Amino acid sequence: MPKNFDLLQQPLSVVTFGLESFSLALKEQGIEAVHVDWRPPADGDQRLLGILENLR
Amino acid sequence: MILRNVIKKNRYVDSIFLMLLANRLKSLEGIDRISAMMGAEGNKGILEESGLLDQAGREAAPNDLIIAILAESDEVVDRAVSEVDDALDQKDSGRSEDDYSPKSLDSAKNGKTNLIFCSLPGPYVRWEAKKALDAGINCMIFSDNVPVETELELKELAKEKKLIVMGPDCGTAIINGTALGFANVVSRGRIGIVGASGTGIQEVTVQLHHLGEGISHAIGTGGRDLTEKIGGISMLSGIEMLENDPATELLLLISKPPAPRIEKMILDRMAKSKKPAVICFIGGKTEEAEKRGLPAARTLEEAARLAIATLLKKKFEPKNFDMSPTEAFAAAAAESLKLAPGARYLRGLYSGGTLADEALVLLEKFLPFHSNLSHGQKLSDNAVSQGNTIIDLGDDEFTVGVPHPMIDYTNRMERLLQEAEDPEVAVILFDVVIGYGSHLNPTEPLIPAILAARERSKRHLSFVATICGTNEDPQNLEKTREALEEIGVIVMPSNAQAARLAAMIASRGKIDFMNSEKNCHAEKL
Repeated sequence: MPKNFDLLQQPLSVVTFGLESFSLALKEQGIEAVHVDWRPPADGDQRLLGILENLR
Repeated sequence: MILRNVIKKNRYVDSIFLMLLANRLKSLEGIDRISAMMGAEGNKGILEESGLLDQAGREAAPNDLIIAILAESDEVVDRAVSEVDDALDQKDSGRSEDDYSPKSLDSAKNGKTNLIFCSLPGPYVRWEAKKALDAGINCMIFSDNVPVETELELKELAKEKKLIVMGPDCGTAIINGTALGFANVVSRGRIGIVGASGTGIQEVTVQLHHLGEGISHAIGTGGRDLTEKIGGISMLSGIEMLENDPATELLLLISKPPAPRIEKMILDRMAKSKKPAVICFIGGKTEEAEKRGLPAARTLEEAARLAIATLLKKKFEPKNFDMSPTEAFAAAAAESLKLAPGARYLRGLYSGGTLADEALVLLEKFLPFHSNLSHGQKLSDNAVSQGNTIIDLGDDEFTVGVPHPMIDYTNRMERLLQEAEDPEVAVILFDVVIGYGSHLNPTEPLIPAILAARERSKRHLSFVATICGTNEDPQNLEKTREALEEIGVIVMPSNAQAARLAAMIASRGKIDFMNSEKNCHAEKL
């Protein structure tokens, strides 16, 4: 079965980026959620980010 | 006035925290203006334009936090800075040592991870979402300001990998009973939803809950999915997911009117579906769906009722009100009688975009309306209402540098006071969207603002509200309704009903909705 179908059949396990309140709301509902302590990659330099992406 | 930018090096804090912090600091005595933002170039531009950037701010890096304070004296600035420090310390101390907070997806994910939820600033979404898709993980992207080219690229990649990208700008989803983003606690059931509209999904799931039904899943697609450019990639994935889902017995599609070619393609797909389906393209025509034998609803509440009737193979009986038409007429008439002479306009102040749209679709057939939505007459200035107005205060132009009005009521309360001062205003119609993601206690800002508006208006002002939510939501529907009713707000059981009643009151009965004919058309007297 495709992986998007699994999303509906398996328990949710979520990684959150950005607003932490959304991660807390998931935890409140008993869902496994890990919040990433995110910083802009390449110190927010979009040009450098493009170069890094090409290297990936 | 003293302007000072305080820089916290390498201190990344999310935007909602910053905006709520700035709002709190604004109330300090002696503060003229205050803004707290990360040092990204775009943010520095906003600060510069508002005259809040000094040299220290100009030199800040994207990872630095800028607190820009304009105040009457150095002492006031110092006090604000100390409040900021306290708030940041408090935020840090709220985190327990057990809270694992990895720095990247690679260290955060495990073998069971099946979704990322991303609310990062738009320009960074592509980087993280691509990493997730490459790792075989589905995405829900709450962020807006993501270029349409990025959306297409991500959705095509997801399609190739048999994954789904919900969003960008996807505010609402409910997967396996779990609320993601702005969503309500509703009963589980047999109806599966794919929706390109966040508050559209919220209103339909809430109405299904009130009607005793429930949902299997509600999959969001983001508002642009059914445009020509994106071609409904996520909606098609969502349809397939629900068709294969044993818990789903009926599919319900919700969107604003799609691009014509995409609409036909989606409807052709649904006509071949192995499960029954109901279509709700708010503001669109129903002919294309009906031509294919697909039941189509014109309002969100009607979509919920039609879905249940289709599921139970019962005749669909449209209703304009839960109460009898005579009771509705009497309730509106009693309120109209209290209006001051000359008060004749309806002002709809919405936080939910699709709820605003639904109200406008329902009412513009009978009354001319101004609006900032894609239909209705354009306002010459969206900050000032004209005649009858329905305004979506969650629209991008109102949310630059401030939280969405479902989270922070400040902008809406200011607008409410502004409307109250206009002697031609008869009725203020508004939505209160509760559930996960929204303001935790909406009556706290609303009640004083309504009382102040009454005071300022020096006449009878009618308030008609709809609360999108359930008793199981953290804020509790009943508690919210009782608090509003206690101060004389008329609370209706759905947005469509609230809009109809508000129009009946404002028009002093010239418009009524006495006949429950097909699609809930009103009869003009």
